[in-house]
Amino acid sequence: MSDRTVAALSRSLAQGEVSSVELTRDYLSRIARHNSVYNAYITVTEELALAQAAEADARRARGEHGPLTGVPIAHKDIFCTRDVLTTCASKMLGNFVSPYDATVVERLNAAGTVTLGKTNMDEFAMGSSNETSFFGAVRNPWDTDRVPGGSSGGSAAAVAADLCAIATGTDTGGSIRQPAAFCGVTGFKPSYGRISRWGMIAFASSLDQAGPICKSAEDAALMMNVIAGADPKDSTCVDAPVPDYTATLNDSLKGLRIGVPRQHLAEGLGKEVEQALQEALKVFESLGATVKEIDLPNNHLSVSAYYVVAPAEASANLSRFDGVRYGYRCENPVNLEDMYKRSRGEGFGAEVKRRIMVGTYALSAGYYDAYYLKAQRIRRLIKQDFDKAFAEVDVIIGPTTPHTAFKVGEKNDDPVTMYLEDIYTIGVNLAGLPGVSIPAGLSSTSGKRLPIGIQLVGSDFGEARLLNVAHQFQQHTDWHLQRPEV
Amino acid sequence: MALALSDVEKIAHLARLHISTEDAQEVTRRISSILELIDQMQSVDTANVAPLAHPFDAVQRLRPDEVTETDQRDYLQQIAPATQDGLYLVPKVIE
Repeated sequence: MSDRTVAALSRSLAQGEVSSVELTRDYLSRIARHNSVYNAYITVTEELALAQAAEADARRARGEHGPLTGVPIAHKDIFCTRDVLTTCASKMLGNFVSPYDATVVERLNAAGTVTLGKTNMDEFAMGSSNETSFFGAVRNPWDTDRVPGGSSGGSAAAVAADLCAIATGTDTGGSIRQPAAFCGVTGFKPSYGRISRWGMIAFASSLDQAGPICKSAEDAALMMNVIAGADPKDSTCVDAPVPDYTATLNDSLKGLRIGVPRQHLAEGLGKEVEQALQEALKVFESLGATVKEIDLPNNHLSVSAYYVVAPAEASANLSRFDGVRYGYRCENPVNLEDMYKRSRGEGFGAEVKRRIMVGTYALSAGYYDAYYLKAQRIRRLIKQDFDKAFAEVDVIIGPTTPHTAFKVGEKNDDPVTMYLEDIYTIGVNLAGLPGVSIPAGLSSTSGKRLPIGIQLVGSDFGEARLLNVAHQFQQHTDWHLQRPEV
Repeated sequence: MALALSDVEKIAHLARLHISTEDAQEVTRRISSILELIDQMQSVDTANVAPLAHPFDAVQRLRPDEVTETDQRDYLQQIAPATQDGLYLVPKVIE
């Protein structure tokens, strides 16, 4: 079976060409063969997977199934999974077996997906290269000298190398879209509040959002149909109707107004990425869309504002890891303060500690106005820029990343160099908008083929339109079907 | 803004993080470089802009104050570093 999209697997399962148990065994054997190279999984849940697969086959036999029943999935290790190790790629949670399921996991389980395991990531989702994981870096399946992006690097690498049919990810500043771009897969970040954050280990609560990392926009729509919607356990999850995201995938793009941010075409954008973007815009024009340049004049401040808001929220969220009720506790603490300080000092990695300290500083007495409130004011300017743009266009299209995947170790010297990797994605989180990265080209300048991604951004809760636009592009191009040699 | 070593020590204490003396210099250098990036914010005048705490300016919904969870203390304490008689154990706080 060459087409292993969820849509195709779902058809094969429905027609009885393959059983979920067979499919699951196949994926487990692929993981056993290849995971040592990519390090995409932290935990493989073989026993659970086979039990869920058998149950899924029984459900299909009884006719009690949906499109995802029996489809093998991987969960980013930030999602709590009941009775399964949930580490957030940190020593702090290296022994944490979650006593409950995240809402996203619970809904996917109810839909009959088969959990293959938990994917590697940057520690506590803090990173853009998957190098901050306590469990080691993930390798990009297109070139194992290169990073898969981050923080959902394990999920993106696992989908690219077909070590799962589809995966969950989370995106706080680009953590679904950037690794999707680097690994040549589709990564969808819904609007803030579209999906419950319950059981998703919190990084920055006003920015975090879950979403699918997958092989096509259609697959993203299939997962969205299961995971989107209000949850009494997350009061920030919006209580708004959830459309059938697959119903509008084939809508025409005739008359679609596309805006391309002038600021994203400026200095810093790699030639090949720009070329791929221009080619993609031609495809959209041939489908009846119109393209015009728009302005996002405050985008250059998004990284600065983000590195106040996100660390500030993280410093509060991560204060719960104190060695008392669960997680890592240091040896032989002399008193309570020593226990807190050494458990946290030893349990967190360098990047996580840096961000906790930046956040603590930004929130500390005398600095709150100059940093935290200032960043929130800039956040409003960025939101207003998007509002203005969406008065004129239906969707904004630009690059996902300035260039293709960089080498492992290349950007480790200075955290700021790494932070600027997310210049095109961060503003979307600050504004709470939906965004998707889709494959739009392959670079060959490094001697190996490396994927190029473009980012499509929609207006508030414009998920359905965004998936429609991405799907139409994929109906007329085959970049999303390109796979690395595994 | 560049931080002094003593600033970093103070922040680490506020955050209840142990930073070893060998690492302190490096941490100071890197955090200073992050703060330099952050300081680019100061280039815009935002005097008349209201802070945005939530992307849609939403406020928290409330729910009825009803007990919806069952007691799972034993199950939840299985993963604790140290417990006794249903309580979490920590180093002695009061002599």
